[in-house]
Amino acid sequence: MVRITGGSVYDPANGINGAVKDICIDDAGRVVAALNGSEVRTIDATGMLVFPGGVDVHTHVAGGALNFARGLVPENQRIARKFLHTPELRAGIGGLTPTTFATGYLYAGMGWTTVNEAAVPILSAKHTHEELHDIPIVDKSTLLLMANNELMLDLLEAGEFERAKSLVGWMIQSAKTFGIKAVNPGGVAAWKWGKNANQLHKPIEGYAKITAGQIVTQLARIVDELGLPHPMHLHQNNLGVPGNVASTIETMNLLQGHRAHLAHLQFHAYGGHDWGSMKSEAPAVAAAFLAHKNLTCDVGAVLFGDAVTITADGPWQHLLYELTGRKWGNLDVENETGCGIVPYVYSDHKLVNAVQWAVGLELLLLIDDPWRVYLTTDHPNGGGFWRYPEIIRLLMDAEFRKAEVRKLPPEAQKRITLAELDRQYTLSDVAIVTSAGPARALGLAQKGHLGVGADGDVTIYSGKPDADGVMLSYPRYVLKAGTVVVEEGEIRALTEGREFIVQPAFDPGIEAFIRPNFEKVYTMSFENYPTEMSRIRHPQIVPCSR
Amino acid sequence: MLTLTLKEPVERVPLEAEALGPDTVAALDHSAICALPVYLGKKQCRIDDFFTVDGEASDELELRGDLRKVRWIGRGMTRGHINIVGNAGMHLGAYMQGGAIEVSGSASDWVGGEMSGGLIRIAGNAGGQIGAAYRGSRRGMSDGTIVVGGSAGLEIGMRMKRGLIVIGGPVRDFAGLEMKGGTIILRSGAELRTGAWMSRGTIISLAPIPLLPSFLPSSRYVPSFLRVVAQHLRRLGTSVPDDPAAGTYTRYLGDAAVIGKGEILVWSAA
Repeated sequence: MVRITGGSVYDPANGINGAVKDICIDDAGRVVAALNGSEVRTIDATGMLVFPGGVDVHTHVAGGALNFARGLVPENQRIARKFLHTPELRAGIGGLTPTTFATGYLYAGMGWTTVNEAAVPILSAKHTHEELHDIPIVDKSTLLLMANNELMLDLLEAGEFERAKSLVGWMIQSAKTFGIKAVNPGGVAAWKWGKNANQLHKPIEGYAKITAGQIVTQLARIVDELGLPHPMHLHQNNLGVPGNVASTIETMNLLQGHRAHLAHLQFHAYGGHDWGSMKSEAPAVAAAFLAHKNLTCDVGAVLFGDAVTITADGPWQHLLYELTGRKWGNLDVENETGCGIVPYVYSDHKLVNAVQWAVGLELLLLIDDPWRVYLTTDHPNGGGFWRYPEIIRLLMDAEFRKAEVRKLPPEAQKRITLAELDRQYTLSDVAIVTSAGPARALGLAQKGHLGVGADGDVTIYSGKPDADGVMLSYPRYVLKAGTVVVEEGEIRALTEGREFIVQPAFDPGIEAFIRPNFEKVYTMSFENYPTEMSRIRHPQIVPCSR
Repeated sequence: MLTLTLKEPVERVPLEAEALGPDTVAALDHSAICALPVYLGKKQCRIDDFFTVDGEASDELELRGDLRKVRWIGRGMTRGHINIVGNAGMHLGAYMQGGAIEVSGSASDWVGGEMSGGLIRIAGNAGGQIGAAYRGSRRGMSDGTIVVGGSAGLEIGMRMKRGLIVIGGPVRDFAGLEMKGGTIILRSGAELRTGAWMSRGTIISLAPIPLLPSFLPSSRYVPSFLRVVAQHLRRLGTSVPDDPAAGTYTRYLGDAAVIGKGEILVWSAA
């Protein structure tokens, strides 16, 4: 049992904005109104800031793609932070593709307590869940890659929406995931023919009728009708391409009437027609986004320095490889999706990278409803998640931000509007974009706030700036389900997190369709395909609304 | 001069001893040197668990004994001199920036891995990946000189960017793999696929070698820059022919599988 006293509490979900208030957490790890008994540890947080634990709505921390990336970039691991084996801690390596244990240490050390692994093919679901189990401290959820699943595309092509819905339900049940991710709808299926899907209204390669736009809308409808707590999580077509603002706004229009979460919107807000003319279209994207109240987004900001791009978007990764001329990894995930890995360096003297850096911040500042835009770097695509405090500093300090903008190449400064933005994030804004907002978008009622019944995930920051004058650079204490896991910059306890999964209702008769097709085209036996419940450690089933 | 003598041979589990370098020991007194950390596998030990330490700390360091299982000697050193009387283990002089290392016996793999300056001379044989890029890195050695009297193994000079590697004895496959610059001199030739994927740089072989079909003959001559190289090598106790009266080099351009701006020069005596 823990009582946190004297701190200024920032709990925007409950309308608390800096009030001094006690937070009590019982032995079950839940926030309660008051505690009785003597076995209470009291944390004196006088002069400190008390936040709900951070929630990462879009990250890549486990599974086949990440493991592939780890193997592809040994040079990053040589220079990465080492975590030595101690009586309390298991050994690990940090960096852009951290090992499982280190992932938990780094998230907790930064004050984040819930992470959403945003891309899981059914074929590597078992691997993903087992890696997630080895990530200590944080709670986890996963999203299933569906928008290029050929069994589903075949049903949509045939106009069999209800059966497609059942298929999606069956796949979620089999992979034990929390939601649905759509990556470059139709584009990854087309990649298997060496093509891409850059038109929303053209039939995709290998199909006569179904278009990328139809996949987007029908999958969003399926997610809504299955009643999943988290809306369809969409990585749109044309990621990273100059001029993609048109298809981004068109996709928003198509999604009218459905819930959807737009992932890493920064990569979808570019104007111009080639790399030389690329510019920020963040104002147009932000305006369109604000007009569509059915949507949420995370930014996928980029930070200058090393990154490793990891995505199911195979055709984009091939293009990126051709631009960099460095390494490229490509995986074909049978009938489900693809995967590409390309190490990348965001350089502050390159026009394109400077524009990308600015677009992420512009979106975070221009979308003035913090409940709908969330802080991510699409880790490790835009930079390591452990660099989030750098972004928070840029958001909270307009003078510092403008000084950074002035360091960009003059040509890049003409392509962006960041220098004109004066907005500064308040502490409450930070609590929303890092915790309360993403928790609400994920549909996790006990996360992202400190009201009675919430999980006892608390991050306590010093109320004073650090030696460099920066607020919120690292937490003084981090509590996970009421256990003090980080204190004075050190990991103090290794707890095991839970995994959130959903079990939507569907017509079990769909198995009669899946099995013969599966046995015809897959390289494994059907019985070995689904992930058994026994593989999920500490599962928590989140109810669907239907 | 500081002398460290190995008390008894290191068997099986290798000893990782990156503390063995002038930069680390020069400023320390005897007891501090004895307490420097070395790792036997995952176990942290002290230098004096394995070595007897004699003499005064200085930039001159002598290591005696069969150190074939002692790794990372001179890692990242910037100055001074290490004289090894005996054999040396893997990663000798890796990331080295300056100074000199001399080995009276043989050395193992990864001699001078990703070094950026300094001199390494090995009287005996060496292993593979000399001056090479560590796995995943884009560049191997970026400057400095490595001279091996005897033979060498696979992938020597892999992805090297600048600098000079001279091997006296026979060399195995993939010398100069993905080379980006610099010079490799093969005084006794090499086995297969020399210069595979080299984009730039020079490989000189004093013996006939099998060439990949993606290397095309362009001319026969004695390049004038070899006079400078030969002068440098004479000071290091080795040589490369630079006298047009003694013979000529046939120049092959490649590797055409990539941009093909590298060259292999094969000597034929007059």
